[in-house]
Amino acid sequence: MGEVIIVDFSGKITLGEGSSMLRRTLYDLIGRGHRKIVLNLYDVDYIDSSGIGELVSGYTTVRGAQGELKLLNLTKRIKDLLQITRLYTVFDVRSDEDEAIRSFS
Amino acid sequence: MADKTQRIEVTLETVLDSVDLAESIVMRIAEASGFSEEDIHKIGMAVREGVINAYNYGNQQDRGKKILLTVELEPRRMVVRVLDEGKGFELHEIPDPLAEENLLRTSGRGLFLMRAFMDDFHVERGPRGGAELVMIKKLPGTDSGDAGH
Repeated sequence: MGEVIIVDFSGKITLGEGSSMLRRTLYDLIGRGHRKIVLNLYDVDYIDSSGIGELVSGYTTVRGAQGELKLLNLTKRIKDLLQITRLYTVFDVRSDEDEAIRSFS
Repeated sequence: MADKTQRIEVTLETVLDSVDLAESIVMRIAEASGFSEEDIHKIGMAVREGVINAYNYGNQQDRGKKILLTVELEPRRMVVRVLDEGKGFELHEIPDPLAEENLLRTSGRGLFLMRAFMDDFHVERGPRGGAELVMIKKLPGTDSGDAGH
């Protein structure tokens, strides 16, 4: 599958339902053959260490399946969190949807 | 500002719901103490991470164990303690989540985040074993405490 799929998230990605939902979504997408995935986090204003762990897990899983995972439209709080955990430079973070789509190799 | 220390103690069950509950309780206390919105958020996140740590690692999700949450309001600072009934641990034994070889680990950031969000953070051994996470935030208007902006 060569198409880019953009998944919109909203609310909280925290221990429990939020982080589980992220995990299930990513595994489902990979299982269905998607390899170019954009997580649009424009409406996610809260993430804890579990949520960060699921983002990292998703990143490594997609990469292991020869795919790419990118993050789109981070709120300031999420961006700050990824920066202090040194993950901002690990993920490919975009602020424009078209740019994110064009950025896939 | 009161000279005496006020103390609130809550015994939490080792269930997932306790994470949100603890965060909510301490955020309300922080709000009543005059912290800024940003500091309330940081305090809430630190407490969340502390209770997650107690739930997952200290008490190993054992419903037979408890988590003791204590908030102490001293004249110049707020001290939050999260005590589990686990085996305890030494901070220096915990891998650095910022080290290159650990960046892609899916866990291990909670303690780091607590230290990042609070003015002071350390771990003590509980009176009956277990780990007590101690998080401190200076009250607004004190030395380098946020003056509520």
